[in-house]
Amino acid sequence: MHYLLRKVGFYVIALWAALTVNFIIPRLMPGDPVSLLIAKLGQRGPVTPEARASIEALLGTDTDQPLLAQYIDYLGNLAVGDLGQSVAYFPAPVTSIIGQTLPWTIGLIGLATVISFLLGIGLGTIAGWKRGSWLDNLIPVTTMFQSVPYFWLALILLFAFGSRWQVFPLNGGYDIYDTVPGWNAEFIGSVLYYGTLPALSIIVSSVGGWMLGMRNMMVSTLSEDYLLTAEAKGLRPGRMMRTYAARNAILPSISGFAISLGFVVAGSIVTETVFSYPGIGSALLEAVGSNDYALMQGIFLVITLSVLGANLLVDLLYSVIDPRTRART
Amino acid sequence: MALTTHAAEPVGGTGGLPAGSAAQRTRRRRLGLPPMTAKLATGLIISGAILLFGLLGPFVVQDPTRVDDIGLTGPSSAHLMGTTQTGQDVLAQLAYATRGSLTIGAIVGVLTLLLSGFFGVVGAYAGGWVDEVFSLFTNIMLVIPGLPLVIVISSYVPDKSLWLVALVLSLTGWAGSARVLRGYTLSLRNRDYVLASRVAGEKRWRILTVEILPNLIPLLASQMVFAVIFAILGEAGLSYLGLGASGSISWGTMLYYAQNGLALRLGAWWWFVPPGLLLALFGAALSLINFSIDEIINPKLRNQTRAARRSWLMSRKQLETAKEATL
Repeated sequence: MHYLLRKVGFYVIALWAALTVNFIIPRLMPGDPVSLLIAKLGQRGPVTPEARASIEALLGTDTDQPLLAQYIDYLGNLAVGDLGQSVAYFPAPVTSIIGQTLPWTIGLIGLATVISFLLGIGLGTIAGWKRGSWLDNLIPVTTMFQSVPYFWLALILLFAFGSRWQVFPLNGGYDIYDTVPGWNAEFIGSVLYYGTLPALSIIVSSVGGWMLGMRNMMVSTLSEDYLLTAEAKGLRPGRMMRTYAARNAILPSISGFAISLGFVVAGSIVTETVFSYPGIGSALLEAVGSNDYALMQGIFLVITLSVLGANLLVDLLYSVIDPRTRART
Repeated sequence: MALTTHAAEPVGGTGGLPAGSAAQRTRRRRLGLPPMTAKLATGLIISGAILLFGLLGPFVVQDPTRVDDIGLTGPSSAHLMGTTQTGQDVLAQLAYATRGSLTIGAIVGVLTLLLSGFFGVVGAYAGGWVDEVFSLFTNIMLVIPGLPLVIVISSYVPDKSLWLVALVLSLTGWAGSARVLRGYTLSLRNRDYVLASRVAGEKRWRILTVEILPNLIPLLASQMVFAVIFAILGEAGLSYLGLGASGSISWGTMLYYAQNGLALRLGAWWWFVPPGLLLALFGAALSLINFSIDEIINPKLRNQTRAARRSWLMSRKQLETAKEATL
């Protein structure tokens, strides 16, 4: 229980820090984002006093309101889910844009991360179990892919399979001409087809890390005495590998998985730029490009929240699967 | 895991030659240098070559910004690596880009070292509430996602200098290595010899600088190498998104312009392959150097490879039994 409280306490503080960073950055930076944003909004249509007040609360204002009052206003707006209005996608509110783009990101990058993790863990288990096999010798090759910068690897894949051989589309999330978004077979098929290459690029660049980590943990777990006992008892090799060795060797990988799950939303920025995918990363860049500060802050907040949430979830999960963490504190 | 290392540069012997005699090997070890393995030699040679290219290249190549009306052309004798869409020489750009990327790497490496050293080592050594606060701060910085923060900060500043980009990258990148340093310092400060010097009445700063810091040098070196890799990749990513320092040339900006100049669709591989390849090679070379530094920090990793055992002149049968025994 003590462990649980400590963990939750840490994340509450981290959440507060993230909100505060989000509050301070626009106010610390040179320039006047508020009047810039309001001027831009004014070009698109009339700015209601309420919209103006919400933007001021989010991004800071040059009126002589004390910082503390601004801070309380800001937190109040967040509590009711008001993130302001977007300029880039006028007149949509920021929350609805995040709602539209987030599923794409989680679907593509989340799924690719899970597949990569499962694949890497599976291959790593076998490579560690059969040391010196061809699979084990493959590991240096996959780790080489890791020192290749991700976005360059993605560019090369896009060049090879999108431009040179035209197996996959060059950009986009689905066929915008021939399909209608919704739960129909053509649209889902199109989404899968358009998502294959981006997903592949993520898997190729990250599977090596999972594989190497799992393989090394397998090797050190295999030298434990209890596995010798298991062998002496005459257990089947498959059972030893899965329920005796892999189950313990997977623990560090799971905490690594937590971190990478959290960075799904954050890491999406580069992937989505390369493949022009309609996710939250593209929206962030769009916001940066058009000085849409409200949208930018909103997306940053969502990204931070998702990282914190994923970390908290796995910390809690970890204390269930590895009782030693609870005992240590 | 006692370290006999004393103040010495852990990276890169001046020699760069594979160790031949046993005497040479022991001398290297006494100096605290990693044993010259094939890995280390490869890493040093590749990173050294790229470093030289970045240092000297800009003096010999043409002006990287000079526009020519020949447009996008493949490699030829006039332009060894072809030209960009506006007829700029790719080789010249590559030389300046290498210099730009390495500069960022060096600045961020040093800044990260200072930040992580301060929050990791000083916090852990001071203990008590200082350690609590520092470690809480480190953990918070660790969970706040770096790249989005960098993007948000850099978007507020329209005219970014190289220094600003470097500063932002170091501010978002020090937390990981601070945590590693903290863990190691915590174990060092409770060693018997540190306790003994405290009993002997040494001053606190003297214990920190004379007794603890020298033992941290290999770890600091490896963390700095990580920081350099992180910085170069981070800057490349940022520039690739079009958010790098204004007016600078780096591997990332080259890729940005290549992407925007439709190099992919036009099949201009000579434009987008070299910068990425150099990035990958430099990253791989630094990782190889890091493996060798790790062997100083963790002697368990040392002499565990087949090649090392072969150098002890063991028979194949002995090798097999040794392998069974250690793994």
